[in-house]
Amino acid sequence: MTTIEERPAGDGAHGFGRIHRKEDPRFIRGQGNFVDDVQLPGMLHGAILRSPFAHARIVSIDTSAAEAHPRVRAVITGATLETLSLAWMPTLSNDVQAVLATDKVRYQGQEVAFVVADDRYAARDALELIDVDYEPLDPVVDARTAMDEGAPVVRDDIEGKTDNHIFDWEAGDRAATDAVFTEADVVVTEDMLYPRVHPAPMETCGTVASMDKVTGKLTVWSTTQAPHAHRTLYALVAGLPEHQIRIISPDIGGGFGNKVGIYPGYVLAVVGSIVTGKPVKWVEDRSENLMSTSFARDYHMRGEIAATRDGKILGVRVRVLADHGAFNGTAQPTKFPAGFFHVFTGSYDLQAAHCEVTGVYTNKAPGGVAYACSFRITEAVYLIERMVDVLAYELEMDQAELRMKNLLRPEQFPYTCATGWEYDSGDYPATLSLAMDMAGYQELREEQRAKRERGELMGIGISFFTEAVGAGPRKHMDILGLGMADGAELRIHPTGKAVLRLSVQTQGQGHETTFAQIVAQELGIPTADVEVVHGDTDQTPFGLGTYGSRSTPVSGAAAAMVTRKVRDRAKIVAAAMLEVDPSDLEWGHGTWGVRGDPKNAKTIAEIAMAAHSNLELPEGVEGHLDATCVYNPPNLTFPFGAYICVVDVDPATGEVDVRRFIAVDDCGVRINPMIVEGQVHGGLAEGIGMALMQGIAFDEDGNCLGASFMDYLVPTALECPSWELGETVTPSPHHPFGAKGIGESATVGSPAAVVNAVMDALKPLGVRHADMPLTPAQVWRAAQGRPLRTDLAIS
Amino acid sequence: MMITVTVNGERHSHDVEPRLLLVHFLRDVVGLTGTHWGCDTSNCGACVVWLDDTPVKSCTALAVMADGRTVRTVEGLERDGELDPVQRGFMECHGLQCGFCTPGMMMTSRWLLDRNPDPSEEEIREALSGQLCRCTGYENIVRSVRWAAENPADDSTEASQEVSPS
Repeated sequence: MTTIEERPAGDGAHGFGRIHRKEDPRFIRGQGNFVDDVQLPGMLHGAILRSPFAHARIVSIDTSAAEAHPRVRAVITGATLETLSLAWMPTLSNDVQAVLATDKVRYQGQEVAFVVADDRYAARDALELIDVDYEPLDPVVDARTAMDEGAPVVRDDIEGKTDNHIFDWEAGDRAATDAVFTEADVVVTEDMLYPRVHPAPMETCGTVASMDKVTGKLTVWSTTQAPHAHRTLYALVAGLPEHQIRIISPDIGGGFGNKVGIYPGYVLAVVGSIVTGKPVKWVEDRSENLMSTSFARDYHMRGEIAATRDGKILGVRVRVLADHGAFNGTAQPTKFPAGFFHVFTGSYDLQAAHCEVTGVYTNKAPGGVAYACSFRITEAVYLIERMVDVLAYELEMDQAELRMKNLLRPEQFPYTCATGWEYDSGDYPATLSLAMDMAGYQELREEQRAKRERGELMGIGISFFTEAVGAGPRKHMDILGLGMADGAELRIHPTGKAVLRLSVQTQGQGHETTFAQIVAQELGIPTADVEVVHGDTDQTPFGLGTYGSRSTPVSGAAAAMVTRKVRDRAKIVAAAMLEVDPSDLEWGHGTWGVRGDPKNAKTIAEIAMAAHSNLELPEGVEGHLDATCVYNPPNLTFPFGAYICVVDVDPATGEVDVRRFIAVDDCGVRINPMIVEGQVHGGLAEGIGMALMQGIAFDEDGNCLGASFMDYLVPTALECPSWELGETVTPSPHHPFGAKGIGESATVGSPAAVVNAVMDALKPLGVRHADMPLTPAQVWRAAQGRPLRTDLAIS
Repeated sequence: MMITVTVNGERHSHDVEPRLLLVHFLRDVVGLTGTHWGCDTSNCGACVVWLDDTPVKSCTALAVMADGRTVRTVEGLERDGELDPVQRGFMECHGLQCGFCTPGMMMTSRWLLDRNPDPSEEEIREALSGQLCRCTGYENIVRSVRWAAENPADDSTEASQEVSPS
């Protein structure tokens, strides 16, 4: 099925290499422990009443009938929360969001009331008994008219707010870019929408909160990708002492960015537990998940590309209208309101580039930065890779040839791009060449020529992406003032077994395996001897969490560095054991031995026991081997890859069949190639989903049209081909073991390849661009020269 | 109303509301949380269990429909301490990441292999097409099922060996 070039690597049992996952034995037996699996004595169940309107004033809320329900323990409204100063909570973008609506509702599905009852069915019953009197208001549905004179004001709760403007932001050199455009032979412009999509992990979001009134300790089991950041935010929001808050992120059924933020439901479970004195569980249903939790994208982009007539790209200019929904709740480093979108210069050697981004409020759910986007790099890659294809269309050049002509050359690294990012390393032409060889690119083009002569629609799409992940250097990157450095602690027991404590949390990425492999690789002990502890703020050091492909670049580096500290401590103990000076010792993957005398060596297990014994150690050496560290990355890492997608399009129905997908990823050094490949497989499926199926549109009243898996279609096994993977390895020069991260590469890179393939198939019909999702209807319409706006369903 | 359901060979008698979903009966009443709930609309298949000998989506079946019948869940795949080849296949081939869809995937896979011991890739994809996975892109799930087909439980001494992660 898949072509993998085997590299010499360990077996994984003592370091890097393929090895089965430590996580699997519990999952295959049904013994995972997800939030909804948590059962506590006396636990109550919460349910949320949500707004049926996108925009409406709340005239009154009558909860008396619900309160009279025999199995209801509490009914909480915005008015209740106002008395606790909890009606509003800060978002991750320094805005505020209503926990429960007090003045008006601002999107369909917004939280209006919370019921706590004996069981989940009674809680739902009681929602039906709450009577809310709404006065509907005109909604802002179309982001493109949000700034029009006279548009309804979504956020009239903000003092003095008279429009729907959130921010303007720019990057790059406007004047230099304009100059390049003025002198270019060719300038091509294209408008494109990256539609609103939702990560839709298999497990929805939920929380079990338990406030111990005697000790004052609040324990929260929650679907969170960032348990430590959540703890600090709970402390700040609720005024609770942070040492009395314990966040447990147990097994998480997929995150993809959906579980980065704090949702009203989480806070309400906490409030419910405080009010009732009992543990309270709240788990949203699928419609709640799709309608109210972090969506992604929703970028309306106008791209312009300037080039010479022979295909040398000179510059790129982008204007973005960003629909942030009703509350600005995007999750990205504070200084970057458009995330890392300004890495849109992509993989090419450009003279100049500039982007302007305007964020607006609309009557839609908040979110924007979610769904494996590496802080908006999905949008950036889509923009540049579509623009390159649009340029190729106009120049009548082969898309691979145009890319090859403009890719950065290996000798240009480290490379500072026109918007300021310093790319760490890469050999882009080699990676594209490998993908083209694997695909049989020339043969595919010949096949396409023959098919076109027969009137058949076949397309070949390329995407070459560069990611910027591993946020990030504390000096430049923080979320709500919390710098993005990660801690790690490594404890070595007297018998040489190890416990690694991490701030990041796996949602399926296999951290319990790969981080054990990092320690094994660095310390020369068996992978099986390393236990990874994570997902519990009482058990682990502080760090910002798992998203933006940052676990391996940041916490992976922390794991390596803390292990090296242990190794250094072990050296001193070994020297005392062997009665030599430490400078006489050399490291031998698991032993410290006397240089030139290999038999005279001590294993880590022997050294660990000695470190805990009464062995006399040099003055000032404390004993034991345990260590801690905080890793502050010096730069981001820049994974990259070349993807080629081959599609057949049915001219009669517009149906797209993804026949082949070739993905060559370079994520630097791979810890466990099996897991890396799994990450890529999953991301490619997501890419097909976004390109062809997934998309959340709204009708003119602001009704969400993607509120269940009946309407929001995600790929099944039938839509996915058998993926063909390849790899190149360009180590990151600044990461301790040369890794770059892989979690989001395929999601970031693949949508453009699929769309480029479909557009390539439609080229004989004169189609240059149509927006995602390329459903059969959209493809058919595009073929007729009438592609749809996919964000709106206006009757 | 009072119902008696045999779950993984054990009889469970409980007084339940007629509207109680089978998935909630299994998870909240019987206490077997290996069966997951994911969508409410029969689309995702995280909740697939066997009702008698047929896979059903337990989020759209009522507990009372299981009265007097047998249910097999993921906890009932392992027999006498021996993993089902499907379970072993998922570990061998990295057929799971977050593990949330896995129980449902494995229940359908076992059903498929019981009826078609040597399914093609296409037949496997078709059989699993009523179930969603957001992590694996399905590639390694398909391989896992193929692995199970190639390593049936009664085949050799190899099958009786416990899989260890290292």
